[in-house]
Amino acid sequence: MLRDITIGQFFPGNSIIHRLDPRFKIVITLLFIVMLFSGGTLLCLGIGAVYTFTAIFLSRIPLKMFLKSIKPLLPFLIITAMLNLFLVSSGELLWQWKFLKITDEGLNISIFMIIRIVLLIMGSSLLTYTTSPITLTDAIERLLSPLRKLKFPVHELAMMMSIALRFIPTLIEETDKIISAQKARGAEIDTGSFINRARNLVSILVPLFISAFRRADELATAMECRCYNGGSGRTRLRQLKSAPRDYAALAVTILFLAAVIAAGKLLR
Amino acid sequence: MAILETEELTYTYSEGTPFEKTAVDHVSLSIEEGEMIGVMGHTGSGKSTLIQHFNGLLKPASGRVLLDGRDIWADKEKIRDVRFQVGLVFQYPEYQIFEETVYKDIAFGPKNMGLDEAEIKRRVLETAHDIGISEELLERSPFELSGGQKRRVAIAGVMAMEPKVLILDEPTAGLDPAGRDKILQHIKNYHRRTKNTILIVSHSMEDIASFADRILVMSKAKLFCFDETVKVFSRAEEIEGIGLDVPQITRVFGVLKRRGLDFGKEVYTVGYAKELLLKALKEKGGLLNC
Repeated sequence: MLRDITIGQFFPGNSIIHRLDPRFKIVITLLFIVMLFSGGTLLCLGIGAVYTFTAIFLSRIPLKMFLKSIKPLLPFLIITAMLNLFLVSSGELLWQWKFLKITDEGLNISIFMIIRIVLLIMGSSLLTYTTSPITLTDAIERLLSPLRKLKFPVHELAMMMSIALRFIPTLIEETDKIISAQKARGAEIDTGSFINRARNLVSILVPLFISAFRRADELATAMECRCYNGGSGRTRLRQLKSAPRDYAALAVTILFLAAVIAAGKLLR
Repeated sequence: MAILETEELTYTYSEGTPFEKTAVDHVSLSIEEGEMIGVMGHTGSGKSTLIQHFNGLLKPASGRVLLDGRDIWADKEKIRDVRFQVGLVFQYPEYQIFEETVYKDIAFGPKNMGLDEAEIKRRVLETAHDIGISEELLERSPFELSGGQKRRVAIAGVMAMEPKVLILDEPTAGLDPAGRDKILQHIKNYHRRTKNTILIVSHSMEDIASFADRILVMSKAKLFCFDETVKVFSRAEEIEGIGLDVPQITRVFGVLKRRGLDFGKEVYTVGYAKELLLKALKEKGGLLNC
């Protein structure tokens, strides 16, 4: 059940996508999102899809993992599609039943939405699948560092993010363990009536919270023991260095973005 | 009669991802009623995965688990009943405690079984006594207790379900020697009273040697051996070859044997070694003088 959550998971590897500079990867992902949402024709989406699947292919991570990342968001996808399908009232009427009606424009928009969101999830999963959380937050810290001039606590923010990311798998593992332990005592967690399940949730949440606070406490002590006092004066073991391939990847992405915008503007 | 059996049990984690790993590989074994079994194995040898199959927390990828001769997965709806018959105490079980009082926490399992109040009370009091928790502690919050006491409360929570088979995954991990001996002693008392089958996973060879009738050794997802304690420790070199220890006293006697002092018997507890030495000294009284 919990093993299905793949957001924030990292698959170690040595593909070209893995080796890209994380700062570039973040910028590229942002451009990718812009790409998906600019231009509303089928061709635009097609170009976006080609881009996404090429990147996935280059990452050498099985496509199955990306499909898995969509699974938890399926209900959200369906609701979005439904809303668009039934609430868009402009365009030619295709089907009507009492107050429910479907127009060709609504149908178009909902199909577009689904494809867009699926591509969006797959593309952004690629970022976390191929970048370790530590380098990712490093990159965010570097990208946001100009904000430091405005007294924005960039380092603290990045540190909180890396700690939070770091503990997602730990907490999932912990939850799994507690669920197993309570199941072994006969608690009904994925079976039984709804009320029973809700009641048994307490038997999971209480130990989970206790251990989360204990962990936080221990971590704080461990950090203080190593004289952690924030980001000032801290140097890095691994410096982020950009290589020609990073610029090449960025150029390709910009090219695709331009193609999408052009396709949206010119080929109507 | 065999109470718990596995046939060609195999389990693979994260199938179809880069993290795929076979944790249990074609394991077949049979455990008799009333036995006290020690489970050994290196970290990652698959012993924890194996024991989670015994009460149906994990479903085998292939192969079967038989309880009393019946496949536990034959009827999926009844898997909860299997968990009441095969009690599993996880590592560091004190982290699963959640109720406001010790009494309520021990009663959680029996309550899930749907027993009536009187029966629950009898079981809580009896197991609390078995495991050495005094009655005035029962109304206290479990979070006020010491580490060792919490551990015993958590173990009592599983014992109170009165399972036919009790499995404990490293019940003494992280405890001081006194706490360790206490818990083992309480488990032995429980075994004497109930005559139930018990499996204990442990890294301490001394502990295993002191209670086990038979020892189950896992190595690299496979069943390395499953035999009587004496026979397992007599294969000291093989056991050390897979990264495990034999009891220190066994090693001492191994060295003595190589130096020419052969007692002709496998020694794996200090108590037995003492007996053997005293007897040998009495026979050759001369040794005392040198």
